[in-house]
Amino acid sequence: MKHNKLIFALAAASLAAGAVHAKEVVVRIGHAGPLTGPAAAFGKDGENGARLAIEDANAKGIKIGGDTVKFELVSEDDQADPRTATTVAQRLTDSGVKGVVGHVTSGASIPASRIYEQAGIPVITPSSTSPKLTQQGYKMTFRVIANDLQQGNALGKYAVDQLKAKKIAVIDDRTAYGQGLADAFANSVKTSGGQIAGREFTNDKATDFMAILTKIKAMNPDAVFYGGMDAQAAPLARQMKQLGMTAKLLTGDGGCTGEMIKMAGDALSATTFCTQAGIPLDKMPGGAAFRTQFKQRFGNDIHVYAPYAYDAMMSVIEAMKAANSVEPAKYQPALRALAYQGVTGPVAFDDKGDIKGGAITVYNFDAGKWAPLQTIQ
Amino acid sequence: METFLQQILNGLVSGSIYALVALGYTMVYGILGLINFAHGELVMIGALVALQTVTLLSGAFPELHPVFLLLAGVGVAVPVCMVVGYLIERIGYRRLRNAPRLAPLITAIGVSFLLQTLAMIIWGREFHVFPQLVSTTPMQPMDGVVVSPLQIFTIVVALALMGGLMLLVNKSRLGRAMRATAENHRVAGLMGINANGVIAATFIIGSGLAALAGVLYASNYAIAHYAMGFTPGLKAFTAAVLGGIGNLPGAMVGGLVLGLVESFGAGYIEHLTFGFLNSSYQDIFAFMILGAVLIFRPSGLLGERVADRA
Repeated sequence: MKHNKLIFALAAASLAAGAVHAKEVVVRIGHAGPLTGPAAAFGKDGENGARLAIEDANAKGIKIGGDTVKFELVSEDDQADPRTATTVAQRLTDSGVKGVVGHVTSGASIPASRIYEQAGIPVITPSSTSPKLTQQGYKMTFRVIANDLQQGNALGKYAVDQLKAKKIAVIDDRTAYGQGLADAFANSVKTSGGQIAGREFTNDKATDFMAILTKIKAMNPDAVFYGGMDAQAAPLARQMKQLGMTAKLLTGDGGCTGEMIKMAGDALSATTFCTQAGIPLDKMPGGAAFRTQFKQRFGNDIHVYAPYAYDAMMSVIEAMKAANSVEPAKYQPALRALAYQGVTGPVAFDDKGDIKGGAITVYNFDAGKWAPLQTIQ
Repeated sequence: METFLQQILNGLVSGSIYALVALGYTMVYGILGLINFAHGELVMIGALVALQTVTLLSGAFPELHPVFLLLAGVGVAVPVCMVVGYLIERIGYRRLRNAPRLAPLITAIGVSFLLQTLAMIIWGREFHVFPQLVSTTPMQPMDGVVVSPLQIFTIVVALALMGGLMLLVNKSRLGRAMRATAENHRVAGLMGINANGVIAATFIIGSGLAALAGVLYASNYAIAHYAMGFTPGLKAFTAAVLGGIGNLPGAMVGGLVLGLVESFGAGYIEHLTFGFLNSSYQDIFAFMILGAVLIFRPSGLLGERVADRA
């Protein structure tokens, strides 16, 4: 309420001022992500990306509806926590933001998306990849990065076409993420002409995979896919080595981490592959220029998702320009129809709010790090 | 056939670790009638203390032999766990010895949370890499079956420890005092046995075994973190019940049987049920076996050790 009054006062003041001067309207856009806690680096990265977009837009002096618009970033910390995310979402909508870039993690994005939907404020996530987010049928939820289904599809096709794996065993950890990824992967392998030799299961607290790996070893597959996180993928890789298995190991982004390299140690080899949503920075159309600009402005390098947060923010601003209005109800249709050339590539949304032709990059373990092999659109 | 033998081997490795932990549960239950739910956390403390020692030592003296590092890790972890085990008994359970059974049980759960939170504060939430000090390079004793030196080491150490414990309990003076205290600690006290000392010794021995189990567990999976004690703790408790809680040979048999059942469950459940159940039911399979055993033998495979209370 307090905020509302403040905004009302501000709006009244600017109206009064506008009567005599050239009008300048302040439009506030939110960013939400973890700024504290273990995922803080991702949140800060997104916030910086969004901030850079706002500064670029302000420098251009964009006119919407005849008024010069000054954009303002309202940044909130959701601690990557579902409950905090809903509080933060409520606070942002109460403070009268016209759009939101965020949240960063799927666990936060999904509960928060309902609040934005009810308030009628568009929200664009730069990094939440859970398919569930856009399956809720919400009109206000968008995403500028490929989701896990697209990831599973891409890796399945890649395994059969490029890695020439004909027989593939699939293991997942029965979580929403692991199971979704594994299902998408298995379907894609089948449609690409490969064969699923076996489907095994574990859980997200397991450390012993010897029994299921022994069973898989007897099937003699060309590759083993694991849908789950690095804490399980790493012991799994070690136990494959311990059993003398030579099959390739494939994982999604849950296993495509620095922790995975640290924990799996010498069990990783050139036959370990993983995928990440998005494109490596060097391959982005505006990647090199963005990196320089980002470093100049903030003094540090891009973590991962800053370019996506930049594009998410720019999408909001572009849609406002196209609709010639900063009102969510007016510019939301323009967002649906958006065709914008961003830093990460072309941004356009399908009818669910997912990015069209989102890119997936396949990585290969090489000399102690993940080396990008190929980007699939 | 090769797969069958391999599954037996997998089961023996995890089963022997379960058995070591199960001994701690069953010893305490045999003497006090208390289920010490904090026992699983001692596995975690053992692993993390050993890891800390190994990290510090190998940082200071990088050229040390891995076997020496392992011995040093164990050499620090075992006494630390023994002290922690003693303190749990002295501070947590001793005052409640004559309280209703529920009071020490709830205390045990509280101690478990306390230890886990302390470990989280000391070692953080992240997963730590436990160095593989015994080789894991697969050897092939016969076609299609692989075994690593670490797996052989795990089974041998676990069996040796169990044998040593049996000797201690059945042949030594302390063992006789433990058996007498288990029968009735008040009467044992009247006979000149220091019951408090014997109970403390039971906790200390059980904790030492848990520390060793922790090192073996962490070495096998190359991972250690603050919540790692939960799963082996739960499995070992199951093993103790399966074998007959309070019964030492029962805990060993229970541990090995549980390890084998899990391994075969994951490996063959799909064939056994004609594809109706798959490996996501592997834990349920182990508990179904437990249920079946308890229906036909309510006091476990080898029988609960029920003391004659006059």
